[in-house]
Amino acid sequence: MAGKPIDCDLHPTVPGLPALMPYLDDMWRDTVVRRGLDELNTIAYPANSPLTARADWRDATGKPATTADRLVADALEPFGTGTAILNCLYGVQATFSEDLGAAMARAVNDWIAREWLDHDPRLRASIVVPQQNAELAVAEIERCAGDHRFVQVLLLVSGELPLGRRQNWPIYAAAERHGLPVGIHAGSSYRHPNTPVGWASYYSEEYINQAGAFQTQLTSLMAEGVFAKFPNLTVVLMESGVTWLPGYLWRLTKFWKGLRSEVPWVSDPPATIVRDRVRLTLQPFDGPPDPATITRFMEHMGSDELLLFSTDYPHWQFEGTQAIPQGLDRGLAQKIMVDNPLRTYVRLRETVT
Amino acid sequence: MNVDVLNRSGLQAPAQSKLAIADCDVHPRPAGAGIGGVSRSLYPYLSKRWQEHVETIGVRYRQPWERGSAYPKGQPQACRRDAWPNGENPGSDLAFMAEQHLDPNNVALGILNPLTSGQGAQDGDLSAALTHATNEWQVAEWTSRDSRLKASVVVPFEDGPTSAKMIEARAGDKNFAQVLLLTRTAEPLGQRRYWPIYQAAAEANLAVGIHAFGYGGSALTSGGWPSYYIEEMVGHAQCQQAVLTSLIFEGVFERFPTLKVVLVEAGFAWAPAHAWRMDRQFAKLRKEVPHLKRLPSEYMRSNVWFTTQPVEEPEPREHLADAIEWMGWDRVLFATDYPHWDFDDPAHALPIRMSETQKRGIFLENAKAVYGLA
Repeated sequence: MAGKPIDCDLHPTVPGLPALMPYLDDMWRDTVVRRGLDELNTIAYPANSPLTARADWRDATGKPATTADRLVADALEPFGTGTAILNCLYGVQATFSEDLGAAMARAVNDWIAREWLDHDPRLRASIVVPQQNAELAVAEIERCAGDHRFVQVLLLVSGELPLGRRQNWPIYAAAERHGLPVGIHAGSSYRHPNTPVGWASYYSEEYINQAGAFQTQLTSLMAEGVFAKFPNLTVVLMESGVTWLPGYLWRLTKFWKGLRSEVPWVSDPPATIVRDRVRLTLQPFDGPPDPATITRFMEHMGSDELLLFSTDYPHWQFEGTQAIPQGLDRGLAQKIMVDNPLRTYVRLRETVT
Repeated sequence: MNVDVLNRSGLQAPAQSKLAIADCDVHPRPAGAGIGGVSRSLYPYLSKRWQEHVETIGVRYRQPWERGSAYPKGQPQACRRDAWPNGENPGSDLAFMAEQHLDPNNVALGILNPLTSGQGAQDGDLSAALTHATNEWQVAEWTSRDSRLKASVVVPFEDGPTSAKMIEARAGDKNFAQVLLLTRTAEPLGQRRYWPIYQAAAEANLAVGIHAFGYGGSALTSGGWPSYYIEEMVGHAQCQQAVLTSLIFEGVFERFPTLKVVLVEAGFAWAPAHAWRMDRQFAKLRKEVPHLKRLPSEYMRSNVWFTTQPVEEPEPREHLADAIEWMGWDRVLFATDYPHWDFDDPAHALPIRMSETQKRGIFLENAKAVYGLA
């Protein structure tokens, strides 16, 4: 393989609020103590759920990925990974107070820079932003963007407003200005029911329906004209699942043909927009069980440039080091692991070849 | 404004040369201007108490508008411009429907799915009165006059026990072939408040059709309300995915193993990928749902069917045959959605290579099996 694998979705764990205390300013540090703030771990990943962390990736306390050393040993060395993009899933997007969200986002980003990025030159990260408020989110992007080890802006797929809505556009403008893709990750701020037909009973349902959330938010980005308005913006769907994409595009394209007069700014066929502007991380690979059908299915994807290698570490999506599903040919695997991530993340090309 | 279309009467091919088909999604609609959101045609089937209610308050759904839908349609009533019988509501005139659709397309079996029936009305008793009236109207004006047509028992689904009684009242009545629900309900449809419906349907040996749309009140995406009609239309698939997941993971098919569910007008090409996804997550999270004894995909392949319209149109078209292969050729039921704008013409809607058996299955035999019609 030419070049080392680039893992586009790993999750460092905030070991606890005390770890962030040095990175909060006085007012917020005092708030944490005086008001007895709890951890900002959301129900998107229940701590003990098998999915939240593979058993062999948990430490003695049961937590995974709390240090850079551990992450490197678990998720970089065994895969030969040369570069890894950290997406910290701490619930800063779910606080009702926009100011609290912004303070926590600043703390998370500074903690990531000092205790992870400074620790190992292979690590990169996404900028965590308080997506409750686009103005505050843009301020955080501006604050962090000078550090080119931040290679992307991180949003959750389910926030207060559909992602295409104009209130969110300043985030896309800032990302585009700095050469940062917008990475949309599974997860929610829980402002709305976790399915479009109401609150589901089971975590299994919520997680399965994350794929539906990605579908509706991709529709929103398309229909609202985000891709037309920001011609240099790349969108990466992370931990989205991938096999829903072809069938979704067939349906969207059919309605685009019938209803495009409603959204005249969508001038290219949806599949063309996706091929040019949208990427998806590989894990969880929600494909068929047999390699022959996987091979056949990959033809439906219509392009070998869409997928980016990810382990989704420490989430339990595969056994051992089998992150690349059987049924992919070598050329496709090379593109997924190296070529596609390098093309997607402009800032990686400054240091990785 | 919409433009009028050419008068194409007399241009249809003769029915005798075509394969007889089942159309599993036909929309009849009461004629006549409404009052309070209820057509005059339903009045004979409403008691004085409910007529007065309608005249005083009208039907209120979990959406803003007194009349019309949350998202403006692409054209009036989302209907074909050539489907308005003398200016009356599309789908309101049996003779017109027969001449325009049932006869030329050789429809041997048409499943009626009335959508303006009071399902999802905020007042549960009003919903019960209107759905009852709609059932009476379907028999009086449609199934008793054309033996090709079968009615759906429309029920006030937010009230499980009342719905169950209405289903029991139609058990064995050959006018009815299924129970009709909508996807967008107050809670996901697998939840226990809806189980009396499934029990009654299973006991009456009636399939349960779950049609796109509804007024559940939840945002159309888990990230809020989108802006455009195209988003609502595409989004019916994600709603139906959540419905299917709910039915399976709540254990509806464990509790009612003979229950037959037909997912209507939300596409089907998503089903194989959704099944793979459900199975992969179930493998890790099964301790949460020990009441499931089989893989999620196995319930889908034994208890769930999908109607075709609006059929997905991949390039190349043969990819659609792959999708059907992965879900099972016996799972797919042809539907046109007459008289709506996105009507699928049986002559053109499935341009894929099919064996004679596969073709007969999708266009007729699968429906006869699901609906128990020899």
